[in-house]
Amino acid sequence: MTWDRRRRAAPPRCARAMALIGAAVAVTAVHAADTPAPGDWPMPARDFASTRYSELADITKANASGLELVLTFSTGVLRGHEAAPIVVAGTMYLVTPYPNVVYALDLSQPGAPLRWKFEPKPEAYAQGVACCDVVNRGVTYASGRIFFNTLDNQTIALDATSGKELWRYRSGDIRSGETRTMAPLVVKGRVLIGNSGGEYGVRGWLTALDASTGKEAWRAYSTGPDRDVLIGADYAPFYAKEKGANLGVATWPGEAWKIGGGTVWGWISYDADLDLVYYGTANPGPWNSAQRPGDNKFTSGLFARNLSNGQARWFYQMSPHDEFDYDGVNENILIDVAFPGGTRKVLVHPDRNGYVYVIDRATGEVISATPFVHITTSNGVDLATGAIKYAPEKSQRSGTVIRDICPASPGGKDWQPSAYSPRTRLVYIPHQNLCQDEEVGQTSYIAGTPYVGANVKMKPGPGGDRGALTAWDVVAARPAWSIKEDLPVWSGALATAGDLVFYGTMDGWFKAVDATNGTLLWQFKTGSGIVGQPISYRGPDGKQYVAVLSGVGGWAGAVVAGDLDTRDGTAALGFASALPDLKRRTTKGGMLYVFALP
Amino acid sequence: MSSRCRDGCVALLAAFVACTSVAARDIVVCADPDNLPYSSEDGRGFENRIAEIVAAKLGADLSYYWLPDRRGFLRKTLNANLCDVVIGLPVDAERALTTPAYYRGTYVFVYRKDRLARLSSLDDPRLATLRIGVPLVGNDAAATPPAQALAARGVVANVVGFPMFAAEPIGARIVDAVRSGAIDVGVLWGPQAGYFARRGEPSLAATPIAAKPGATTTFAIAMGVRRQDQALQRELARAISEARSQIDAVLESYAVVRVTP
Repeated sequence: MTWDRRRRAAPPRCARAMALIGAAVAVTAVHAADTPAPGDWPMPARDFASTRYSELADITKANASGLELVLTFSTGVLRGHEAAPIVVAGTMYLVTPYPNVVYALDLSQPGAPLRWKFEPKPEAYAQGVACCDVVNRGVTYASGRIFFNTLDNQTIALDATSGKELWRYRSGDIRSGETRTMAPLVVKGRVLIGNSGGEYGVRGWLTALDASTGKEAWRAYSTGPDRDVLIGADYAPFYAKEKGANLGVATWPGEAWKIGGGTVWGWISYDADLDLVYYGTANPGPWNSAQRPGDNKFTSGLFARNLSNGQARWFYQMSPHDEFDYDGVNENILIDVAFPGGTRKVLVHPDRNGYVYVIDRATGEVISATPFVHITTSNGVDLATGAIKYAPEKSQRSGTVIRDICPASPGGKDWQPSAYSPRTRLVYIPHQNLCQDEEVGQTSYIAGTPYVGANVKMKPGPGGDRGALTAWDVVAARPAWSIKEDLPVWSGALATAGDLVFYGTMDGWFKAVDATNGTLLWQFKTGSGIVGQPISYRGPDGKQYVAVLSGVGGWAGAVVAGDLDTRDGTAALGFASALPDLKRRTTKGGMLYVFALP
Repeated sequence: MSSRCRDGCVALLAAFVACTSVAARDIVVCADPDNLPYSSEDGRGFENRIAEIVAAKLGADLSYYWLPDRRGFLRKTLNANLCDVVIGLPVDAERALTTPAYYRGTYVFVYRKDRLARLSSLDDPRLATLRIGVPLVGNDAAATPPAQALAARGVVANVVGFPMFAAEPIGARIVDAVRSGAIDVGVLWGPQAGYFARRGEPSLAATPIAAKPGATTTFAIAMGVRRQDQALQRELARAISEARSQIDAVLESYAVVRVTP
């Protein structure tokens, strides 16, 4: 029996109650066993399913308008604050952008005094290397420890109580252009980390470290022979296009795969029942697309791997031979969905290429791939073959101007993570609405080598609004509602059991909206633009709180955080032309804001 | 001012101005601390030498602001007011005001003379099978013009990419690979090729790559100042003109592969 039939049969006055029961039955976020304590928020996505959903319901649609500021804390850093603060057992932990200072705040005391502070002192050299501001996306808690990455390629474990360093492990060389910006995921004694820097020729990988020692358990490369990619007997991709021996070599010319990109700088999810880790790989680089004919596997795609040994179970490439900087690293939300044909374990992945992918996470089959923004670079996804249908007229050609490439390089959405509410069964996607024009630019010069660069100028997409928060109906594969924002929504989203969704804007508004229809219920203007990830937790006093870091930056906000000249439209890799007004609308900052009901 | 005082006072003032301009004038150059043959913190690069020549012409004390030359170099240095001059920039560089060029460089093929006969054309049929090393710029997935031209000719499978940044300068790594036989040909910018190619054995050829439609292979190089620093730009232009032979001698001694403008 399908849900629709059952609902039609019910008397109208029961519909709402039935809807809620039905939601709980029909769509469940994965794995009660892995769910953190209800009031805690122990990792940036809160749970392994990456829902960013809080079960706390004290703050509701009815009372959200009464939210008040109850706590602030200055991080002392003025770059893009993309991290989520986390909360475990009455202590809040947060990491700043470079120099990656970690703070522990005692939430049980008035004013949340500092419990400890840890300064990892990363190499200053790293600042000049990072492509898109010196961000860090957060710390993770597991078994009494705090884990985080530094910009100069270190993973560090701290004692959560004392802040004492337990181990640190360096997994890359800053001088080769490699950096770390992602938040580790810690599962069953494994610390999963990935690298950044594909634009410099860094070869991407996901690595599992032993949480107690920091030693490498396994490393899975994104390019190269099957033994490096950890493709073996377990590998059973759904589509023929992902099958074959050593595709990580065969889909590249010569040895181009050795510096082929496919870095792993985004989000990682985990399904305990299937014992599978899910994550995306970044775009192929640093080669010009003409220099790398072929699908360039395993870049711009999704991997499912066994946690214990890293062996690949399946792979699906969203953007073969990517020409538009469409990294595949965005979040994968693991939910079980009741489709008319039956319940399926899926992952929901809103990709940079503009499609929301709903994929059977056991098999890698694409159930739907539907545009959530205006797309000109492709004309849909063939679900029979899994192939994206590229639009040839938008393909890079030397010496020509290509107009209206949609979505622009940062994609329909970038790293900023979506949230999912099992009550509304909607995925809340923070995103941008940008297109770009590309033309051959003037002579550029890097480290004493002249070349002819590309002028990339981003611009607002259709409608003129540069961002949106879109509530996505996974079953119907369409938006339920969408809130237009003048600026790109570069913050994460938070969904709560009070049927609220929180997000921030690049000019500093922190907003609470009705999760069912997007009605604005409350907003607060923070000191700087918000590009962080909001969370909710229960404090030691039993109250529900909502917290977010304010501090504009990241790729989109670099014009402010990095003092870029917006008269040069190509600054920040073309972002400056899309946001000429951002410097007037916000200033640098680095501040924690916490809100509660009086 | 009394007429009695005037002459003496004017002389005094003139002396004061002259003395201050000599004693107090500083010129700060932004440069990469470790990017031979251009510059290095210990002053071994040819741009260090040219900076010394020009500073002497201006009667200025020379100092440096060091930063690795990566994405955003001009933004973080010259245009952040941390220095006055960048010694090497293409003449049409967008983010600075440039002087007239003081040399025109060229991309070259670097190869072992004992293994290959002269190579200078992007259309040479041997390029279809030789192992060719190219620098990978890394910004905006751009390729150097000769590497782009090779890709346009279908020369991709036998091309080996060298990331721009690593412990050793890009020129050293590509030249070493040619010398060891790891690659047959390097496609390098002339200043980098000449400097490293003549150091060590066997000696290597560094022959200019002939331009083709769609493939610019030469670029004129000048000094750069902030867009509004027109007075300094004029001073530098004059200094370059006056020191032409000294600058040429430095470029010659570093084996910078040049073409006539």
